[in-house]
Amino acid sequence: MMDNPAIFKIQRYSIHDGPGIRTTVFFQGCPLSCRWCHNPESQRMPGKISSEEMDKLVAKLMEEIEKDMIFYDDSGGGVTFSGGEPLSQPKLLFRLLDQCQEKEIHTCLDTSGYADPEILFSISQITDLILYDIKLIDEAAYKTLTGKSVSPVLNNLKLLSNRKTNVSIRFPLIPEMTDTEENIADVISFLKENTDYRDIHILPFHKAGEGKYELLKMKNHMKDIAAPSPKRVAKVKEQFEFNGFNVTIGG
Amino acid sequence: MNSRIKTLRAKTREKEVSLSHERAGLVTDFYKTYISMNESIPVQRALCLKYVLENKKIYIEDNELIVGERGPEPKAVPTYPEICLHSLEDLEILNSRPKVAYKVSEETRRIYKEKIIPFWKGKTIREKIFAVMTEPWIDSFHAGIFTEFQEQRSPGHTAGGDLIYRKGFLDLKSDICQCLGKIDFFTDHKALEKQEVLKSLNIAADALISFANRYVDELDRLAATEKDASRKVELQTMAAVCKRVPAHKPETFHEALQYYWFLHVGIITELNPWDAYNPGRFDQNLYPFYKRDIENGNLTREQAKELLSCFWIKFHNHPAPPKVGVTAKESNTYVDFCLINLGGVTPDNKDGVNDLTYLVLDVIEEMRLLQPSSMIQVSRKNSDRFIKRALKIIATGFGQPSVFNTDAILQEMALQGKSVEDARLAGASGCVEAGVFGKESYILTGYFNLPKIFEVTLHNGWDPRTKKQIGLKTGNPKNFKTFEELFDAYQQQLEYFVDIKVRGSNIIDQINAAHMPVPLLSLVTEDCIENAKDYNQGGARYNTSYIQGVGIGTLTDCFSSLKFYIYDEKQISMEEVLTALEKDFSGDDILHHQLKKAPKYGNDNDYADDILKQVFRAFHGAVTGRPNAKGGVYRIDLLPTTCHVYFGEITGALPDGRKAGIPFSEGISPVQGADTCGPTAVLKSAAKIDHLRTGGTLLNQKFLPELMKDEKGVQGIVHLIRSYFKMDGHHIQFNVVDEKTLRDAQKNPQHHRDLIVRVAGYSDYFVDLTVALQEEIIQRTAHNIY
Repeated sequence: MMDNPAIFKIQRYSIHDGPGIRTTVFFQGCPLSCRWCHNPESQRMPGKISSEEMDKLVAKLMEEIEKDMIFYDDSGGGVTFSGGEPLSQPKLLFRLLDQCQEKEIHTCLDTSGYADPEILFSISQITDLILYDIKLIDEAAYKTLTGKSVSPVLNNLKLLSNRKTNVSIRFPLIPEMTDTEENIADVISFLKENTDYRDIHILPFHKAGEGKYELLKMKNHMKDIAAPSPKRVAKVKEQFEFNGFNVTIGG
Repeated sequence: MNSRIKTLRAKTREKEVSLSHERAGLVTDFYKTYISMNESIPVQRALCLKYVLENKKIYIEDNELIVGERGPEPKAVPTYPEICLHSLEDLEILNSRPKVAYKVSEETRRIYKEKIIPFWKGKTIREKIFAVMTEPWIDSFHAGIFTEFQEQRSPGHTAGGDLIYRKGFLDLKSDICQCLGKIDFFTDHKALEKQEVLKSLNIAADALISFANRYVDELDRLAATEKDASRKVELQTMAAVCKRVPAHKPETFHEALQYYWFLHVGIITELNPWDAYNPGRFDQNLYPFYKRDIENGNLTREQAKELLSCFWIKFHNHPAPPKVGVTAKESNTYVDFCLINLGGVTPDNKDGVNDLTYLVLDVIEEMRLLQPSSMIQVSRKNSDRFIKRALKIIATGFGQPSVFNTDAILQEMALQGKSVEDARLAGASGCVEAGVFGKESYILTGYFNLPKIFEVTLHNGWDPRTKKQIGLKTGNPKNFKTFEELFDAYQQQLEYFVDIKVRGSNIIDQINAAHMPVPLLSLVTEDCIENAKDYNQGGARYNTSYIQGVGIGTLTDCFSSLKFYIYDEKQISMEEVLTALEKDFSGDDILHHQLKKAPKYGNDNDYADDILKQVFRAFHGAVTGRPNAKGGVYRIDLLPTTCHVYFGEITGALPDGRKAGIPFSEGISPVQGADTCGPTAVLKSAAKIDHLRTGGTLLNQKFLPELMKDEKGVQGIVHLIRSYFKMDGHHIQFNVVDEKTLRDAQKNPQHHRDLIVRVAGYSDYFVDLTVALQEEIIQRTAHNIY
């Protein structure tokens, strides 16, 4: 493997990254730096690769993806591209999606939505389902907690909705950050006013990434923040449901 | 659970396991005093059973509904001195060993010393076996190349079919009478032998009817003095049931259960067949009675559940007969491997799951007892709901029920040449062994130590532990130029040892056929009556002998290491490897580390998995199809019980990086910690074995409760099962682990590389998590250990 490879992990038997049994391919590199990120090692952008290396990589990844075909067929699963932010490596992503489409493998793209609209649009046309993160609506809060502007994220989602793209919304429930009364109300009204999407997955914050911060010697903003209580999660679920959403807890 | 069941359950769980001299004493009395030497051996054996059943203590527990105990009281386990005579030293070991102990009273020791040992010494089957085994057999046995199932227990390994639900013992007696009339004394040279067998079956039928009648008398006596009016009625009902069965074919659910139970006690009193006995396709066999009683208003669901719970307790009252020596090591447990089969297909090939199936699953969940074991048969015709119901029980960390592939079993049976009708009556008994219930004798002959044979190959036929030349001289491995030469040497050794094993087992079969017939087991195994042949002589419709391969994962990884580093990459020499193995890798950390990094089985990696296929073919080819002494053939199974620990103990360091004495891989599971690509990769690798050419394979998967906690997690497991079975996998079981294992995983992560945890939105290997997260997950794990 290269020092800074394009893909940082492949996880077979993922059952919470879209429907059925899936293989999740984690892309290296993310434009955001969310405070609660549980894959902080994936944030750094990968090194450039030649087209020859790209061919080899695609072949190798496809071989890995195809290994679990029998499980995808039986469970209605497939492959999920996650990260990092897969849209930050559009060429690789496009090649993989294209091949999966040819081989009739169901594809999910797990994205923050922070991407060039042209790229997102062209990718969305060959993706079966987009798992789209809506974290915060307020510009200032988004900027503080992720490092970037929220407007491309919101505009892109509107665009996808207008084009009737198949999207499943994912809302990370992070105490003190996304889990505030205002933000939840904002998310609800944004989705209702600007999109047709009414299926939402609430992803409660967990401490899984904690140790990685120590290993990477990165500052962990979440040290003193606990996972939301089941009671709180149920309350938020109820609030979304009251507003006409179909809610699932977890991916 | 009602208060009756709660009390009975508590009693059986708390009761200490003890060794009873009752049976041994009665058998000795019989042979000393009552036996007529003019009788044939089958008749002697039948009369012996009758004597025991007519003279042993009758025990009825307060408030129980199903009666019949093998010992003088629950969990008092008899011995079988005609098979294996325990010395006073054995008794002391049994009494005081830290695990799987049997309390032995002073009185029992005295009776052993004064009566049982003096009479049986020199007359047992065990002694007969060891006396006629050849030196190569003895050397291989002591070196730990194989074990011998029949050295302390009689051949059995079968399960009951549907016969007893169609016929009472009086019906069977009339069948016997007819067959006796058909014996042709003019042209058939076996006519006398046949007559004696049929006579013995007839006596065995009487023996069990007498036993039931003794219960009738005792129940009548208890009913007469019972103060509690409702218990009085119960006792009267039970007496009426015992009056009807086993003499007549059962008419009610209660009678069907009691009939089976009398038969079970009879068979495990007659001798100590390995894997006890088994009610087989339980829900299939019992459903007609259940349905009729419910429809007629004679039984409620609650009453059926209570009867089933009482039935379950009876199994728990009967720990395995005491094992010593190698037998204790290969199967170190109280469990006697009675495996309740649920689901699968009906005889006309439809979905076999019925209301009773679900009721029995409720009982399994509620009783949560180590015995009986339970399994579900999953056919593609069965619903997901059925699998999910079973997974709910599995998710509690109970390890039961295990999950079997009916469609694979059907194909296995068909490949073995069985009729379609019979194949649909098949199931798995013991651990994972497939057979046609009620019609097949499919005995296990012993475990076979595949990695040890590899070790011996590396030493040119020499066993470094017993310091003997036990194998062939296949050459100094340092001189092997290619992987093929190495493999060829291994294959020669393998075939040599299989020859020794098969020769020995053929002789043992003949010893049992001549000296230890089993009239009662024969009576209920089809076609023993028609053939006028005992079960141990090959009277059953099908007769299969299995040799159970152990350590196929370890063996594969050993070959993979050497192929990769010596022959393909040429990074290491054979000499370096052999030197390191001899020193158990001490001072050779770099080489040790390197060997551990070779391609390993269990990762869906064809480099290692192709070797797996090759070692499977070699073992299968060496065994399958060889004739046994009962008109059937030898076949292979891949399962270990606890033998992978014993075999590991007596095998030195191996080139997969395993140190001396460490357990081998278990069943067809990958080497502990060698599989690092998740469950789908393990299943893909395991499915590369040609399961259909075996009589059973055993795959263990270990999951944390977290992974099965929600609907999606359970659904994921359902899909794993379905996909594995689509690939013709034979069996899978899930180990949903407890805190103890996780604590050990923290202390010894190298032994728990394959432990998967559901963290939050993703799954990961437990040992890859930080200590803080491990702590958190330990807190989440249910503290529910039994």
